[in-house]
Amino acid sequence: MASAELPVLKASDFASDQDVRWCPGCGDYAILAQMKKVMATMGMEREKTVFVSGIGCSSRFPYYMNTYGMHSIHGRAPAFATGIKSTRPDLTVFVITGDGDALSIGGNHFMHAIRRNVDINIILFNNRIYGLTKGQYSPTSEIGKVTKSTPMGSIDNPVNPISLAIGCEAAFVARSVDVHIKHLGETLKRAAQHKGVSFVEIYQNCNVFNDGAFSYATDKAIKSDNVIEIEHGKPLIFGKNRDKGIRLNGMQPEVVELGKGITEDDLLFHDEQAPEPTLAYLLSRMRHPEFPEPIGILRAVDAPKYDQQLNDQLALAKEQKPNADIDELFNSGDTWTVE
Amino acid sequence: MSTSTEGQTESTKEVVQIEEATIRFCGDSGDGMQLAGTQLTNTSALAGNDVATFPDFPAEIRAPRGTLAGVSGFQISFASRDIFTPGEIVDAMVAMNPAALKTNLADLKRGGVLIANSDMFVKKGLEQAGYETNPLADDSLDSYQLFEVPMTKMTRLAVEGLDLTMKEADRCRNFFAMGLVFWLYGRSLDPTLRFIESKFKRLPAIAEANKRALNTGYNYGETTDAFTSSYQVEKAKLTPGTYRNMTGNELSAWGLIAAAKLSNKELFLGSYPITPASDILHELSRRKEFGIRTFQAEDEIAAVCSAIGAAYAGHMALTTSSGPGIALKGEGMGLAVMMELPMIIINVQRGGPSTGLPTKTEQSDLLQVMFGRNGECPMPVIAAKSPSDCFQTSIDAWRIAARLMTPVMILSDGYIANGSEPWRIPKFSDLEPIPISHPGPRADDDEPFMPYARDEMLARPWALPGTVGLMHRVGGLEKSDGDGNVCYDPDNHQHMIETRAKKVANAAKLIGPLEVMGPEKGKLLVLSWGGTYGSCRTAVTQLQEEGQEVAHAHIRWINPFPENLSEILSSYEHVLIPELNMGQLSLLIRNQFLINTINLNKVKGKPFAVEEIVVKARDILG
Repeated sequence: MASAELPVLKASDFASDQDVRWCPGCGDYAILAQMKKVMATMGMEREKTVFVSGIGCSSRFPYYMNTYGMHSIHGRAPAFATGIKSTRPDLTVFVITGDGDALSIGGNHFMHAIRRNVDINIILFNNRIYGLTKGQYSPTSEIGKVTKSTPMGSIDNPVNPISLAIGCEAAFVARSVDVHIKHLGETLKRAAQHKGVSFVEIYQNCNVFNDGAFSYATDKAIKSDNVIEIEHGKPLIFGKNRDKGIRLNGMQPEVVELGKGITEDDLLFHDEQAPEPTLAYLLSRMRHPEFPEPIGILRAVDAPKYDQQLNDQLALAKEQKPNADIDELFNSGDTWTVE
Repeated sequence: MSTSTEGQTESTKEVVQIEEATIRFCGDSGDGMQLAGTQLTNTSALAGNDVATFPDFPAEIRAPRGTLAGVSGFQISFASRDIFTPGEIVDAMVAMNPAALKTNLADLKRGGVLIANSDMFVKKGLEQAGYETNPLADDSLDSYQLFEVPMTKMTRLAVEGLDLTMKEADRCRNFFAMGLVFWLYGRSLDPTLRFIESKFKRLPAIAEANKRALNTGYNYGETTDAFTSSYQVEKAKLTPGTYRNMTGNELSAWGLIAAAKLSNKELFLGSYPITPASDILHELSRRKEFGIRTFQAEDEIAAVCSAIGAAYAGHMALTTSSGPGIALKGEGMGLAVMMELPMIIINVQRGGPSTGLPTKTEQSDLLQVMFGRNGECPMPVIAAKSPSDCFQTSIDAWRIAARLMTPVMILSDGYIANGSEPWRIPKFSDLEPIPISHPGPRADDDEPFMPYARDEMLARPWALPGTVGLMHRVGGLEKSDGDGNVCYDPDNHQHMIETRAKKVANAAKLIGPLEVMGPEKGKLLVLSWGGTYGSCRTAVTQLQEEGQEVAHAHIRWINPFPENLSEILSSYEHVLIPELNMGQLSLLIRNQFLINTINLNKVKGKPFAVEEIVVKARDILG
């Protein structure tokens, strides 16, 4: 008889036997490490977890996890995940995706998985470039970006992943940064705990094709002025000396300096549980360099979950027609007998 | 409810015995012609006839009233013998307006019964149909038995006092037409009266109006001097059993429900609405009590991908579509082949290419489903031959998919999917179970789990997420045989391509031999596949009755072919392959067996007329 007590797993127990093949220095390593740590901390079961990915550098992720996994096709991971979670609500399902995978070829599935509120965790590694295909601009690349496919600079208006997710009424939306490991671990943990779809955008450095794309948010000397860690119920304060804040001026956020008659009470207070997504959307519009960019949980509300409702309908149908008999179905309606 | 065939009704007029009748209702797409046809079908089936139907409707939901483009038709054949097609020469036609007459008259046999709603043959309707003079008034219809019936007026009179609007009253006209046809063929009104009761339960005035219209039509036939005789078709000698009338799409769905239960699995359908496949989605969506999950996805791609997810998670997975949707699913199907997961893909074919003829039938997706994926990507393909056969086809497909761990493609087509015929109801306990096993849990110190280890049929194990110790990753990258890890080794790739192909070829060991109807060797073999079965079987039977040396073989499994096909093909001087495409099976046969074939091809959105096949065969036989 095995002991009823489950063995305690370490982060390394979540590593598969495959060699990790990302470029040395890639931001993906930090995310992989945090994921394994979070799973160990949360006591998650390896056999009850499925990682589903699409195509791209980040999408190799499932191969490195000692869980169930599927490295699927470009952009479609949310659709596979929907099939898995709808049939097996007992499993924890992660979607690992990138900016090209989720927002370009997979934009449609991204949008629909979010609006349905399927209980899956979508983790977007945003490096603002196509890495696997060696350096073309992506849907999150900035206007004017010079790449192999845009020698005169990109003329595509980039998509803001968080704004898009909130536009689809995502119930859980968060942002973190690859090298900000403590914050990243906490954010992943909150996402995994959330019931319903959770969407996390991670600023991830591609040191080969787009090095330093997020240096404003990672460089120790300046990051405090360029990102703002938002927390539920707290005022929006940032800056190395925590002397700056965000105040609402009508419908517009503005940067103000604390002191000189402006106190914390004048600032915008974050409410991740606001029923309407308006505040979360407003925060998502704060972009560098005009504003510090928010990291943390922008939105976390409870909403009806697709997979749960699908299974509830099944249970209800079985309750209404107990002992559903296939012979009875075949013989229903107008039938006749030939002797 | 079950009855032992509802009797023919009594008439005071002469009753002429006939063996078979083909009737067509045609009118505006808002005239309720599909309903009229369905009611006559069910009633005839209940009366013990063999029946076959051919609904034919425009792609537009409501084309402008009275126009040629808006004509909708429903044809039904019922007979006192076994029939395999809904007929092509119409014995009796109901034309609700001039446009319907214009587009359908060519199919009415000389001397046939033509019932026209004379109230609609007025200036506007005639102009819309392009008639310069009223065909009811000139001599253009002299070679038919024309009955001009003022259906609109009679129906309005019948429903008087029920407080209906004019529009509501006119919507009862199809019941009047039904009543008249029911009288003409001695059909009982009871099944339709029961239908009205249940359909319009919440609209008592409408129910009453439809009942009155039906009875008035019937009584009109009995009392007016215009009709001097009615017809009677005796019961058919069908195989003993209990029957009900079913369409191919309904039976595809029921076959899937049965297959799920036979394999002790719950069914998951990922689908996106598309004509003419949506009825499978509709039918399965209302059968949740059998543990069926249906997911209307955001697009065709998500539909197939969600199903693959469900397959990985351990469910019986299904996606349904038609040609354009199948094109979109190509990459997903390739992944299912690569990951070696069992699932069913149904393609209810329609006229192509591109959007093509959405509501018309064709067999032109055969090469698409055989080869329409990147890389060497073989998949078993089975084609249903008739509405009834859709049931068994679903079961056979799942048996192969589950046994070999492979996606399986089912081909149906608009003709058999929307067409109906009597289905002999099986006992569930008589159906052969589909055994499926999954590997059990492993401890950390056991041998590592090999997700791509193979059995004697080259199938890999189906390991379910949630099982301790079987954690493994699947994906679209080439993998090394056995452990399933990503592998770019050249010899391994060659080995895996060959292995996946051999595995699919192994299905031939499971599908049984092909049967031939007629002489085992001789001058001519008619070889068919899919929905042309009925026309080919009827044509060959007719030729055999004439004393011709001709045989018929019908293929259900197209990939792989039955093992004895080669031997059969070599036993005849000529092989004729009739297809509703430009020669796709023919191309496969020529390639695999290096024989000459004679093609009979038609792409008009319509099934073959038996006569077309007979004429071609006679030509070859000399």
